[in-house]
Amino acid sequence: MRTDIIMVLLILTNMVVLGSSRLRACIHVVAAQGVALGILPLIIHSFEPQLLIFAVLSVLLKGVIFPLMLWRTLRQLNVWREDDPYVGYGLSLLMGPIALAFSYWISTRLPMPFSVHSPMLIPVAMFTLIVGLFIIISRKKALTQVLGYLVLENGIYAFGMAIASQQPMLIELGILLDVFVGVFVMGIAIFHISRQFDHINTDQLSTLKD
Amino acid sequence: MIWALLLIPFTAALLSLLIRSDKLRRSILVVAAFSHAAIMAASWIHTPAPILNGWFEIDPIAQLFMSITDVLFLMASLYAIGYLKAERRSQKKDFEEGEFFANAPETIFTGCLLMFLTTMTIVITSQNFGMLWVAMEATTLVTAPLIYFHRHHRSLEATWKYLLICSVGIAVSLLGNFFLAIAASAHNGVSIPLMRSDLIANASQLWEPWVKAAFIFFLVGYGTKMGLAPLHTWLPDAHSEAPSLVSALLSGALLNCAFVGILRAFEVTTAAGHIAFAQDLLMFFGLVSMTFAAVFVIGQADYKRMLAYSSVEHIGILAMGVGLGGAAVFGSMLHAVNHSLTKAALFLVAGNILAAYKTKTAGDVRGVLSAIPASGLLWTAGILAITGFPPFGIFLSEFLILKASIDQGRYAVAVTYLVLLAIIFIGISAIALRMTQGRNVKPVSVEGERTLSIVPPAILLLGTLVLGVYVPPHLSSLLHHIANLLGGY
Repeated sequence: MRTDIIMVLLILTNMVVLGSSRLRACIHVVAAQGVALGILPLIIHSFEPQLLIFAVLSVLLKGVIFPLMLWRTLRQLNVWREDDPYVGYGLSLLMGPIALAFSYWISTRLPMPFSVHSPMLIPVAMFTLIVGLFIIISRKKALTQVLGYLVLENGIYAFGMAIASQQPMLIELGILLDVFVGVFVMGIAIFHISRQFDHINTDQLSTLKD
Repeated sequence: MIWALLLIPFTAALLSLLIRSDKLRRSILVVAAFSHAAIMAASWIHTPAPILNGWFEIDPIAQLFMSITDVLFLMASLYAIGYLKAERRSQKKDFEEGEFFANAPETIFTGCLLMFLTTMTIVITSQNFGMLWVAMEATTLVTAPLIYFHRHHRSLEATWKYLLICSVGIAVSLLGNFFLAIAASAHNGVSIPLMRSDLIANASQLWEPWVKAAFIFFLVGYGTKMGLAPLHTWLPDAHSEAPSLVSALLSGALLNCAFVGILRAFEVTTAAGHIAFAQDLLMFFGLVSMTFAAVFVIGQADYKRMLAYSSVEHIGILAMGVGLGGAAVFGSMLHAVNHSLTKAALFLVAGNILAAYKTKTAGDVRGVLSAIPASGLLWTAGILAITGFPPFGIFLSEFLILKASIDQGRYAVAVTYLVLLAIIFIGISAIALRMTQGRNVKPVSVEGERTLSIVPPAILLLGTLVLGVYVPPHLSSLLHHIANLLGGY
């Protein structure tokens, strides 16, 4: 039951990210999504000390450090809205339910060989994945693309939770570290992009082509 | 000894971030590269014991690809000494658009270069799929600052594309890991850990649809990093904008690392009894990559981009060789050696030409042979080698793959392969050989011609020349051993 509340929260946050042009709101929503996912392992699995450390680290990174880093970039750049995406907001919002339906359909086609804690877990993880990819492809601002990358990683994280009994925690920590450094490096890149171009639209990055 | 392989470059990276003296830092780079290569050379005589409960091991695949990487890294670090000296000036004029830009600090460049070696060592020697994934993502992150060494907007654009596309690719391969974990999950209460040896030993117990799905995701995810078309879109940009010695390492070493990731997944899929399925996929992506390379290499204006598309072609040949199976797997492994040596040499020479002519437009470069004769000679030899001219090694390995496909009676594949090779041969030689001709064309400067910028590519090319005539029995038996592991001989 508590898992299902988190799953519904994931679906709602995904819809907000799809439909909102305000970058600050998007950062907050992705942070909320990160916190919800961070406490997910504590709900799904029986309590263990190492699990608690892992959950605290996830919540700290996804809920506090990433948003702060992005927030700082946002303030330095003074860019607050994603005005003119490749795919409009109405269409993006319409995409949401379609992707959700697709995720449910595909998860019925792939039977799990073991029982999963909640029947919603796999489809919602896939939905989050698809939304992340869609944001990366359909938005122009570099910062929004990083947000898309975070949503994508959240989807994979949720998927990982479904099968966490099969994976050593060490690897999960490695993954968290990679995402952390990834966002850090991307943040630096965005800062340089804004200095070079006076804006962070990636459609200006089109000198190199054949 | 594996501890030393992991810790030497890592410590050297930390040191080079702290040291102020440029000279000392450059010697640390070379010493680290040399000792790493020396340990790897010793492992040919005596295989070191696995460490950390078998998480890291020098198995045949690691032996081969780590050795290639070390040879390339040693040559690139020698080349780096002269390169970094020449690039020291704080403000430089951008020769394409006339604006001024600065280089990244040398401390960061050297530190990232050494971290690059560390992460590649982890990728290649790791026997655990999760560990391999973590290190593969880390290679993306430490190479991004290397590509953005020249701080102007074109290299920034290349870096951004590289970061984003490869991160998404790596995320896809993480799903591959998860699928593999599902496939390895319990039949009767005990699930198989994601270690290569355990998975292969218990392959018959893996759940079938999930193994296949995992292979597809590994192939697409690591294939993005490896440069398999149509997922290669970051590759020409990154290779053309990065400093030449970085391009040499990206093309000769990093693409191989991603290939190792795919080969590990291939081993497990093969052991689980789905070899035909995996081979068909590899063959398909291989031929598509060669086709893309053939289309884009024709009339390519930028000679570094041309080399990058040639990498897409050869990556395609590697995938195709493993996909064909049988004797072609041996050819494919030999091809990996030859391609790495040749392509790294060509990128290093391209760096010399770039330093002399200050342009990457092939049409503006004339008379390389008369103006900078040593580089000109190496360029000509390298171009002949990369297009598969005898007696260079690439001719031999490409021929082995062709022969295998004819022996198997797959004539359509053989003909497509030959036609694509011919198109790329014409495309590359038309662009590159024209650059060497002409007289009385003065280059902007001749600073590219130094001992340290000539000797490393010369050694690499000599290596591929020797391999074309004589494959040492040690190497040959290693390649056969790997081919056996990958369902060939």
